[in-house]
Amino acid sequence: MKTVDIAIVGGGPAGLSAAIAASRLGAKVALVDDNDRLGGQLVKQTHKFFGSKAHYCGTRGMDIAAILEQELRGLPAEILSGTSVVGLYGGRVLALASRERFTRLAFKCLIVATGAAENNLLFENNDLPGVYGAGAVQTLMNVYGVKPGTRVLMVGSGNIGLIVSYQLIQAGIEVAAVVEALPRIGGYHVHAAKLARLGVPILTSHTVLRALGKEEVEGAVICRVGRNLKPLSGSARRLKVDTICLAVGLTPLSELLWQTGCRMVYVSELGGHVAWHNENMQTSLCNIYLAGDVSGIEEASTAMLEGRVAGAHAAAQVIGLNPEAEGVIAGSQAELCAIRKGPFGDKAACGKSRLAECAALPA
Amino acid sequence: MTNDESRGRRVGQHPILTFADRGPVSFTFEGRPMTGRQGETIAAALAANGVRLFRHAEKTGRPRGFFCAVGKCASCLMVVDGRPNTMVCMEPLREGTRVERQRGRGRLQ
Ligand SMILES: Cc1cc2nc3c(=O)[nH]c(=O)nc-3n(C[C@H](O)[C@H](O)[C@H](O)COP(=O)(O)OP(=O)(O)OC[C@H]3O[C@@H](n4cnc5c(N)ncnc54)[C@H](O)[C@@H]3O)c2cc1C
Ligand code: FES
Repeated sequence: MKTVDIAIVGGGPAGLSAAIAASRLGAKVALVDDNDRLGGQLVKQTHKFFGSKAHYCGTRGMDIAAILEQELRGLPAEILSGTSVVGLYGGRVLALASRERFTRLAFKCLIVATGAAENNLLFENNDLPGVYGAGAVQTLMNVYGVKPGTRVLMVGSGNIGLIVSYQLIQAGIEVAAVVEALPRIGGYHVHAAKLARLGVPILTSHTVLRALGKEEVEGAVICRVGRNLKPLSGSARRLKVDTICLAVGLTPLSELLWQTGCRMVYVSELGGHVAWHNENMQTSLCNIYLAGDVSGIEEASTAMLEGRVAGAHAAAQVIGLNPEAEGVIAGSQAELCAIRKGPFGDKAACGKSRLAECAALPA
Repeated sequence: MTNDESRGRRVGQHPILTFADRGPVSFTFEGRPMTGRQGETIAAALAANGVRLFRHAEKTGRPRGFFCAVGKCASCLMVVDGRPNTMVCMEPLREGTRVERQRGRGRLQ
């Protein structure tokens, strides 16, 4: 069985950055990702990213993925793509499954950067074919160039709902409406304004009641909701759509972390159950780290910074602390702080500070 | 060129992306011949051919299609070349692949 200093699970911005940082510092690294292409969420993001200049703001997500991948390929790290991590043995060995075989990989430190999974929403017939997650729709149209349907109802007006709606239109697909249960639009004004200019109605205080159709989606019933988010009687109406796209939030993909036995806490601002962690991205088990959306739903720039912190700290753990590692850690932590003090960093900052409060409580 | 019904569901002109014309891949779905493209997953090829119903759920028999398309939800399990419970959103399409809807847990053939 092969042994590495640091095993990293997930090849999105967090995992790639962790691998680059750790490998540069001289640690023996292996990065595992279940897709054939590295980049995680980034490979399907055709829009220019928000964030600071230092973190590729203004660059399209898919191009950021390529930049990070190229950087990693120039380092001696081992890359295992098309390989899923399916379990953890004895806290020191990962079980890996690829299409061809099942292998094991022993590690000294583990960095979990698995990202997040899309939430479903409770409504009648929500399991019909044609009810898709927003990420699924993006994968289909932006990675494979296949249209998921002809007319789409988007549920959720956060940035993901707004951006994916715009991307649907760019791919030649009609968006019938965006519904949002809250009385205001969740995402950034720039994204909403682009849709409004194209004549797509963004219906706030509205939700989806049911999907219509027997074998697949043939329509949707939407309605108004009151302050309590309950449907208002008599407000239901039908929309002729063949696809219902859900952009109603993400939940950290924490299964592996649960399996490590590290301390898990529920923090709603971070998206659900997350592994408790300190500012070095270390969990309650000192050789287990995490970074990116799995540590709290946030954005690509913070995922990259958290990855760098985790990668450098884990590397320092195996090869000894040195000024270079210290510099990477302190610099990235300062940048994270600055981003979270910014106009859109509130929620994450609040979630992360709740973690600090948890530290004082007994497990 | 084989009878490719998937054209209309392929993204054409796009302001940012270009989809290189990758070669055709022949496969069957429930015995029906279909054409997909090289480098795509079985789920993408089925969607391009207008197939959305992938399986019937084990207990309720209700129809299911894909949901996450990234191997995280297990909504897309089908019988591929006789092998049940194949996640078709992660499985690359290969020439001659036999794809069938799965009922319940499926049976090993
Ligand atoms: C529509 C949309 C628009 C966005 N726009 C922006 C934006 O403009 N600016 C911005 O900063 N952010 C944006 N984001 C957010 C950003 O993409 C994410 O925050 C970021 O990708 C999270 O990075 P990550 O590395 O934590 O996770 P991911 O990118 O999700 O990567 C995780 C990887 O781990 C793999 N994985 C998971 N489990 C396993 C396992 N068991 N074995 C092997 N591999 C596994 C996954 O398949 C995936 O490849 C957007 C997101 C979406 C969906
Ligand atoms: S659609 Fe979710 S696993 Fe395939």
